[in-house]
Amino acid sequence: MASVPRSFLLLSIIPTILLLCADFACCNTGRKTGDGLDTDFSGFSVPLEHSFEVDDVSRFRVRGALQLRGGRETSVSLSQSQLSEEDRNTLKEVAVVDGLYKIRVPRVSLTDRQTERQMDGYLTAFVRACSLVESHLSDVITLHTDVSGYLIGVSIVTIPGACRGTEVEDEVDLEAFNTTLTIIAPTNAPQPETALFIERMDIEHEKRGKPQEQKSFFAKYWMYIVPLVLFLMMSGAQDQSGGGAANGGGR
Amino acid sequence: IEPSAIMYKSTSLFVIFLSLFVVSEAVFEDQVGKFDWRQQYVGKTLFAHFDSHSQTSKKLFLATDKNIFASFNSRTGDLFWRHVDKAGPEGAIDILLLHGQDALMVVGDGRLLRSWDTNMGGLNWEAVLDTGSFQAACFVAIQDTVKHLAVLKNAAISLHYLTNGHQKWVENLPDRDTVQYQAVYSGGEEEIYVLGVVPNSHLTIIAYSLEDGEIIKQRSVEAPWLSSVESSCVVVGQGMLMCVDPGTLALYTLPIQAEETPQFSQTLLQSLDLEVSPGFQPVLVSSQPHPARSPISEFFLQLGPHHHVLLQLNGDGYTIAPLRDFQPAFLVSFATTGEKTVAAVMTPKNETACAINLFSADSGRRLLDTTVIFPLDLNGGKPHKLYVHAFLKKDDSVGYRVLVQTQDHALTFIQQPGTHTDTGTYTQTLEQLFGHNDHRYVWRKKGEACKPKNTIPTVKHGGGSIMLWGCFLFGIDSKSGSILWKHYLENVQPNAVFKLIVQRTTAHFPHPPQCTLLIKDKDTGLASLHVFNPIFGRKSHIALPVLPRPILQSLLLPVIDQDYAKVLLLVDDQYKVTAFPSTKNVLQQLQEMASSIFFYLVRSDQGNLSGFRLRKDLSTERIWEVVLPTDVQKIVAVNGKRPNEHVHSQGRVMGDRSVLYKYLNPNLLAVVTESTDTHPERAFVGMFLVDGVTGRIIHEAVQRKARGPVHFVHSENWVVVSSSCCSCSSCSSCSCCSSSNSSCCSCCSRSNSSCCSRSNSSCCSRSNSSCCSRSNSSCCSRSNSMGLPSGAILSLPKMFLDPRRPEVVTEHSREENLIPYAPEMPIRTEWFINYNQTVLRVKGIYTAPSGLESTCLVVAYGLDIYQTRVYPSKQFDVLKDDYDYVLISSVLFALFFATMISKRLAQVKLLNRAWR
Repeated sequence: MASVPRSFLLLSIIPTILLLCADFACCNTGRKTGDGLDTDFSGFSVPLEHSFEVDDVSRFRVRGALQLRGGRETSVSLSQSQLSEEDRNTLKEVAVVDGLYKIRVPRVSLTDRQTERQMDGYLTAFVRACSLVESHLSDVITLHTDVSGYLIGVSIVTIPGACRGTEVEDEVDLEAFNTTLTIIAPTNAPQPETALFIERMDIEHEKRGKPQEQKSFFAKYWMYIVPLVLFLMMSGAQDQSGGGAANGGGR
Repeated sequence: IEPSAIMYKSTSLFVIFLSLFVVSEAVFEDQVGKFDWRQQYVGKTLFAHFDSHSQTSKKLFLATDKNIFASFNSRTGDLFWRHVDKAGPEGAIDILLLHGQDALMVVGDGRLLRSWDTNMGGLNWEAVLDTGSFQAACFVAIQDTVKHLAVLKNAAISLHYLTNGHQKWVENLPDRDTVQYQAVYSGGEEEIYVLGVVPNSHLTIIAYSLEDGEIIKQRSVEAPWLSSVESSCVVVGQGMLMCVDPGTLALYTLPIQAEETPQFSQTLLQSLDLEVSPGFQPVLVSSQPHPARSPISEFFLQLGPHHHVLLQLNGDGYTIAPLRDFQPAFLVSFATTGEKTVAAVMTPKNETACAINLFSADSGRRLLDTTVIFPLDLNGGKPHKLYVHAFLKKDDSVGYRVLVQTQDHALTFIQQPGTHTDTGTYTQTLEQLFGHNDHRYVWRKKGEACKPKNTIPTVKHGGGSIMLWGCFLFGIDSKSGSILWKHYLENVQPNAVFKLIVQRTTAHFPHPPQCTLLIKDKDTGLASLHVFNPIFGRKSHIALPVLPRPILQSLLLPVIDQDYAKVLLLVDDQYKVTAFPSTKNVLQQLQEMASSIFFYLVRSDQGNLSGFRLRKDLSTERIWEVVLPTDVQKIVAVNGKRPNEHVHSQGRVMGDRSVLYKYLNPNLLAVVTESTDTHPERAFVGMFLVDGVTGRIIHEAVQRKARGPVHFVHSENWVVVSSSCCSCSSCSSCSCCSSSNSSCCSCCSRSNSSCCSRSNSSCCSRSNSSCCSRSNSSCCSRSNSMGLPSGAILSLPKMFLDPRRPEVVTEHSREENLIPYAPEMPIRTEWFINYNQTVLRVKGIYTAPSGLESTCLVVAYGLDIYQTRVYPSKQFDVLKDDYDYVLISSVLFALFFATMISKRLAQVKLLNRAWR
């Protein structure tokens, strides 16, 4: 059952490999071909490289090509080749000695292609090779940009993330990457939210304000005044009657 | 419906109850100073004057480099009053002159002229001066009464009345493009002389009329050897300008007034049998006792660091005669009382003491019974400056008081007679802590950590704190603020940076506690270690590692060696790691866990954050890199979590009975950046949360239209960032970020599901610094301490910064105890933990947990030091102050006896019944 989608995947990958070969040629000739297309933001491609060595000395090889598209909506796509037999074996060996699988992308700007500033250096990230093997090469690569569209960081995580020491028997599992690729720009931190607060305050004021509209003193405190008056009247009357009774007694 | 309604009611009641708890945070009047202490400091003394107005006066007046004008009690060192001006060059005190009851002061490089009433410390008047940088000022007297003050600027000279500050006249100086005017002199005549110099060419003397500022005469004298009047010339005797030239090793004299002398007359030092120490720039010291009279004709010439000569200019005005040679002599100073002028000389006596003696200025003879011993503190620095106040005793002999300023900027007041009527060092040596502008001191408070574990609860708030300034390390009692010890660090460069690390606490008896101070030269990056016992300040004799290469990062591991000291890793610029202590045991442990030791480096100049992993051979490999382009934003601060931080609680029950877990990554770094573009519309403050092990950017946010200075607190799962927004100048906004994550696996492989919520409120005041409260096991709620520019320290409950505060109050949010959102942060005066004790220019706040769970110790430092305790969740584990022990124990005893008696009675009754 699982073999069906896998073979389908394989089929779909072959053309991409072919495409990639063409792509690499583009990359090797430099970015100039990309530059010509820049004006209409049709994107450009940068290599995604990886390195996994038993002795932990970085030797980066091309893993695939990132198609970056700047402009209003940044988008990114990745075309990558399968791992060769040799690479698969190395990766397994690295996983056994708990080595690292590193990736790197060159520092580029997504928006500002015209000025073509020479940005030297790479952005590097890593994941434990064993987790990559155990996840059957399913990884999530995230590219981070800053406000002006420069790539500032790259990160890689595998799903699932942990190394449990399970053996990967099937060679087919380690052939093709199952990569999810995202690009993240900084979010805007919120400003103090005054409008909603004022609105809420107004509503509260209205709620409170309405029943207390211009009441006269008597209207407000009639419940105290009336009993008081009644009490005074009653006591006065009692006094009189009491006095009368006393007088009567005296007679 | 019925039960839930009841519950709703009860919860709302509970909320009200809780909010009452929060609100009622204050001290009673009789608790003032019981749990807190404040020390007020003034900075490094630049000018000091004795109050010579009356014989019995105890006042001293100081102007300091912290722009403070202060008056002290000379007998006790207590502060009478102090005036704190604006920080920075705007409020810098250029000169302080004392005349009778008035203190005259030029402030802000000649911006303002102020007159203070020295009795009360009130301002008499203030006058705004013309633009121009300040050069010199002096009193001007006519017929023995001082009525004016002359102020010389680089382009103009002005004369001001002392009574009201009004300007009598102002005159522009001629040839001010070429001539550097540096000194002004008045000897009581009708003229004021301004001295200017064209370096290595000639000297210009201009005489101004006192009446209307007219130039009476002007002449220039050849002086190719002269580069600065200020540093090499003084006025001596009847208006003779005396200069010393280190090049030709000669003294030059020139009468200022006389026009007929066209040039300086030279006297070679060799002809006086004087020799200058090699490489030393000779210095002249003279004295003008009263502005209405000319200076005395005796003067000091300093020939070496510890070599002074008293010289006299003879009546003819040209011949110079040496009166007395003082070698060795640290410091010299003149003092005048009545008609007598004396010279005070400080000479070394032995290793631990100096002697101060008086000499008659006109003869150079030593005055009898004037010796005063000044004890030298080896850890306190050498004497730096001497201020002498002489007075006539009843028997017409001269008595004197001395103020000694030492290198640690402490002042000691010594009074004659008596060998050492010491009256306490001024403001206890510490005032200098703040003598320097850069924050070169490190604070570390150790509440319980430095106390043996089995102390009784009453001293749980005790313990020591260590602070550092420049080359001095201090141990301060956190209970009283008194200095327990101080230590002078040798060979420390003035621009060094420090880091204080606690390697071993007092918990490991008999091993003494151990602190390590990492001292790093900022220019070369070379570092050295100072290991000491924090209780007594003694340097420990542990073999220190050799650090030949610049150190980039230090890392304290939880690994301990066989002596229970935590291991410190130092990373040098070749990314090699040195361990301290580096015993075999430690190296073995390091090898075992090398693959799980990661560290990060931040290079803010390149905007580069990178992560490294330790290899078994103690070399490292770079494993991740994040680069923030420096042309967009620059990293201003990086803050990780404290290694010993405990977490309040892992999750939080929500209104709908689900649990919100906190994202508690111990390796999380908060990185704050500021935009390089300072335009108010485009400026921003960036916040990044980066995992320090994997280099993953967990969250990335931008606060638009905001700028620094940024202060932020990073604790548990939240970050509070306070920045000022551009549109409103005095508005700080606080954002808070809390994230939740339900998966918990190893730090290298977290899945991607964290969510952040943010909120923002504006506070009405800018904060100077901030810090959050901590407790031992974090069962209490947190509060944030912020230093406000007004001098208050605000303790803001975390509740008011919760990002989940709802805009509209619902039943759920009420149940969760969330207060409704308000865009403006309230600042209640009950939240000022320092009540009326103003703490000025707070630079930082440090908090530490104490032995009691409810209590957190807070220290605010800056110009002043203030220490107090805060109880964010009230004192639930402390008995009240007014707890009635007598009543409780008497009731207990009464009950006990009642039980005994009733038992006896019951027995008797039972016996009786049995007989019946």
